[in-house]
Amino acid sequence: MALEKITQVTGRGVYVPGDDTDTDRIIPARFMKCVTFDGLGEYTYYDERRAEDGSDKEHPLNDPRFLGARFLLSGSNFGCGSSREHAPQALYRFGFHAVIAESFAEIFFGNSTTLGMPCAVMSGIDIRSVAALIEADPTALITLDLLEGKLTVADMDFPATLPEHAREALVSGKWDAIADLIEGLPDVDRVASGLAYFEGR
Amino acid sequence: MSKTLLDKVWAAHAVRELPNGSTQLLIGTHLIHEVTSPQAFGMLKDLGLKVKFPNRTFATVDHIVPTDEREEPFSDGLADEMIKALRKNCEEAGVKFFDLPSGQQGIVHIVGPEQGITQPGTTIACGDSHTSTHGAFGAIAFGIGTSQVRDVLATQTMAIRKPKVRRINVDGKLAPGVYSKDVILHIIRKLGVNGGLGFAYEYGGSTFDAFTQEERMTVCNMSIEGGARVGYVNPDRTTYDYLKGRPYSPQGAAWDDAVVRWASFASDPDAIYDDTVNFRAEEIAPTVTWGINPGQAIFINENIPVPSDLPEKDRSTAEEALVHMKLQGGTPIKGTPVDVAFLGSCTNARLSDLAEVARYLKGRKVKSSVKAIVVPGSQGVAKLAEKMGLAEIFREAGFDWRGAGCSMCLGMNPDKLVGDQLCASSSNRNFKGRQGSPTGRTVLMSPLMVAAAAITGEIADAREVFNVN
Repeated sequence: MALEKITQVTGRGVYVPGDDTDTDRIIPARFMKCVTFDGLGEYTYYDERRAEDGSDKEHPLNDPRFLGARFLLSGSNFGCGSSREHAPQALYRFGFHAVIAESFAEIFFGNSTTLGMPCAVMSGIDIRSVAALIEADPTALITLDLLEGKLTVADMDFPATLPEHAREALVSGKWDAIADLIEGLPDVDRVASGLAYFEGR
Repeated sequence: MSKTLLDKVWAAHAVRELPNGSTQLLIGTHLIHEVTSPQAFGMLKDLGLKVKFPNRTFATVDHIVPTDEREEPFSDGLADEMIKALRKNCEEAGVKFFDLPSGQQGIVHIVGPEQGITQPGTTIACGDSHTSTHGAFGAIAFGIGTSQVRDVLATQTMAIRKPKVRRINVDGKLAPGVYSKDVILHIIRKLGVNGGLGFAYEYGGSTFDAFTQEERMTVCNMSIEGGARVGYVNPDRTTYDYLKGRPYSPQGAAWDDAVVRWASFASDPDAIYDDTVNFRAEEIAPTVTWGINPGQAIFINENIPVPSDLPEKDRSTAEEALVHMKLQGGTPIKGTPVDVAFLGSCTNARLSDLAEVARYLKGRKVKSSVKAIVVPGSQGVAKLAEKMGLAEIFREAGFDWRGAGCSMCLGMNPDKLVGDQLCASSSNRNFKGRQGSPTGRTVLMSPLMVAAAAITGEIADAREVFNVN
């Protein structure tokens, strides 16, 4: 399966501050009553963005200046809690192509990588600097360069890194593992046949 | 030898190293449910692939099932569509489905152990972060996303990095009225909700040695709330005694072979850990959360923290938490009025949880201002609890006795908080909106503490309410 080699993401950004953003917050459970991921985008951060009567609350994602942002920037331990892939699916369908945070919860990170949505780590200070730059100029273009390990905005460079296995998977167009896994199927049978419990023993 | 259980299980299940350095890991047991599997079956179909090992895949329905009116079609059309989709997918693929009419349905993390499907030395994956529960048996068990559910369905493998291992010792004897739930809330409080990033937690020490299998499950269940995707306890006699005679446990001569094999997976006495942390059981008191993540927890007799007293990195989340929870820093949590009491979830809805509460609840009454529900973790648990007279004790006390499911742990079925109701809950997550109302408030605690809250109408010390000593 030939996938796009993701070496760079370019677009505008939006900063949603806060640590420990859980996946219930990114997509509340009641919107997971679905058998496809279609249409999840509109429920992104739903309870943060909408009052109970459905009207808009003050939230960076409701701010018209940041509409169409491709980068989501936030704090540490982003995507903790539930393993729901609905969370990165919702972010992606909302329009995000990359997430920048101080750290990521492991399951969210893996789910995002499998969608081809890089999750890059930057220091809190640098994230807040980028946030200040996009607040000053919401039209400023951000570029995440996975080959160089840097994020550039307004002619300023910041270190932005991914663990090597994820970076490699993205830049080589192998971020969806299924093709590799299928290639390994003969070995799967060999390993499985050596495990007693596969035979019901 | 110097190997941990994780090292050994990993080695036995590693298929090969992938080009990016991840392991293609064989998943021995794949558990699926209605929420995170339908899209995966759809992807499988799109790719023209089939389920590789239908006999190593097991399904149940838990998140969306109503716990009161369980006749189909469900009044919620979307929920009805989801159970039907799972039924059809399992039928087509030849996957065993512990369906509603089976008498064996329940929360996936309760059904697996109960059926004897969860076994030591195995790898277990499920599209649900609380899959870490199964680690209580010395399995390497973890939550996965839907694309990985697809991967496991298609190849019985997935790409994953081997985690580091942190050994967490708890030694000593817990005081009366202090439970395994308090132990894990305490561990998360001390190590942080992201302290386990990149780690598997291996729990041990004399407190864990003395724990029942169900108590170990409560702890392993919440590993993910501490950031650790995997949490496990080495298998021992307690584990084997629990598994003996269960439907999917090995029988006859195979049983003895299995026990020898299982025991061989336990970490070696000289195993090398990436990190070790020690706790004393005597230092742990009944613990409750005051905030919006499971690490924001205090002992029942402590005051709610004042944000300015906390380390700087924790302050803004603490402030946000106090606003959401409508609580005041520097004041006791004890005495906070409670609207709802929820006893259930994959953390604390096993027979021993219900039995322990019923022991104290007999003859007591739920306060009239409190809506109290008890939701057995599985139909199997419900049946036994009814037979033992526990259900009757709960009903007489004023609890609603419900059918098995995830219920009010998350807002995917009719059991939801309304408005800013405050819920004393035996579940695992106190995230904003978790229990179905965006302004709803969750206070996590042990089952007996939930009962104490139900009776007094406020956050209370169960040891005082029930004279536990």
